[in-house]
Amino acid sequence: MIYLDNAATSWPKPPEVLKAMTDSLERSGGNPGRSGHRLSIEAAMVVYETREEIASFFNSGDSMGVIFTSNATHALNLAIYGTLRPGDRVVTTSMEHNSVMRPLRDLEKKGVGLKVVPCARDGTLDLSEMAKAITPGTRLVVSVFASNVVGTIMPIAEIASIAHKAGALLLVDAAQAAGALPIDMQEMGIDLLAFTGHKALLGAPGSGGLVVRSGVDTSGITPLMRGGTGSQSELEEHPHFLPDKFESGTPNLVGIASLQAGIRWLKQRGIDAIRWQEKELTHELLEGLCNIPGTKTYGTLDPERCVAIVSFTAEGKTVSEIGLRLDEEHDVLVRVGLHCAPAAHRTIGSFPQGTVRLAPGAFTTRDEVHAAVKAIATVVSS
Amino acid sequence: MNYGIVLFHTTASAMQAQKLLTKAGLKGKLVPTPRQFSSDCGIALRFDWEQREQVESSLKSGKVDIAAVHRL
Repeated sequence: MIYLDNAATSWPKPPEVLKAMTDSLERSGGNPGRSGHRLSIEAAMVVYETREEIASFFNSGDSMGVIFTSNATHALNLAIYGTLRPGDRVVTTSMEHNSVMRPLRDLEKKGVGLKVVPCARDGTLDLSEMAKAITPGTRLVVSVFASNVVGTIMPIAEIASIAHKAGALLLVDAAQAAGALPIDMQEMGIDLLAFTGHKALLGAPGSGGLVVRSGVDTSGITPLMRGGTGSQSELEEHPHFLPDKFESGTPNLVGIASLQAGIRWLKQRGIDAIRWQEKELTHELLEGLCNIPGTKTYGTLDPERCVAIVSFTAEGKTVSEIGLRLDEEHDVLVRVGLHCAPAAHRTIGSFPQGTVRLAPGAFTTRDEVHAAVKAIATVVSS
Repeated sequence: MNYGIVLFHTTASAMQAQKLLTKAGLKGKLVPTPRQFSSDCGIALRFDWEQREQVESSLKSGKVDIAAVHRL
């Protein structure tokens, strides 16, 4: 079987990740930070050390600003609904996933001013358009780091500098980028970074977080949920300090342990080495596809400017037929359709039929990519 | 034994403090916060009162957010 759906979720996971998950239940199975006995403290230590690991991995400067959530969608909703009030203005790009677009469209109906900056057909953003859209008084700018449809990487540091000049906060959706590209929040000026644990960070589904850069004022950001935190238990009001303000209820210890192991595995292997390998595989896929008559490939077609995501369509074939035949006849697993990102598909010109998306990962080999290209050629030509 | 106790706002700070003390070679144990102290966080750090100065300076240099320090 050839798994080319790592943009949906990475598979397989490193054995270290599976072991960390089992260990977290077997050895440190208490409720983190609630009870004060040794199992609770061991669990709390796993959670805390993962905070440190994440703060250092993204260079956010403060481990207390690492908020665990159940996925990137949860983190994005927390940041978006927590920040914006009726009358505020928010700017985003036309390459966003619905985890950004749906909350923003909902808030638009409730009186938040929304400007969607159109991107080019290859998914790239014109910074001068962004600069025009970010007017003084804009409260929040939301941008995807790397598109989940074509992989296109956004100029995040430049967007941050424009946003900050206007006094706006920058929220980045790093669902595809976290673990696939080096991310330095302090150097790039990312104020809030939403990530998921189960894609390129190689952790389990149900893990993720929102990282607040050191120095960012969160007093104006309201929590999505309120509840038990293991702190200020004598009060019926929710605490205002981080991370408790944005984390209530028993955390996903197993998922958090998987995230820690995933990041440690990535650091050991080297994120630059994985990036290099994924660029090679993306190049092979792009080259292979351009030699198959009748196929059309989307995006920048440049492995330097995208993460390992390649989208294509084929003349006379629906994407669902291609996907099904790749799975049933060739054991190649891909994702077809709109990838929860209608705006991005409109931008690249593949709405409403969608595309076939190929996403190699940290464990994909060159042989697998070659076999997949051969399978695609067979399916498309018959 | 004479003990002191450090109280924190959040569990995360208690964990941070424990790690710093271990690194500095100081004795410290995370315990349920003694009920006589109106506590912010359910977990507190117990230490040898004799090492109070070293403990406090170690936590200060690690920028740990402390709610209070008491003698037990």
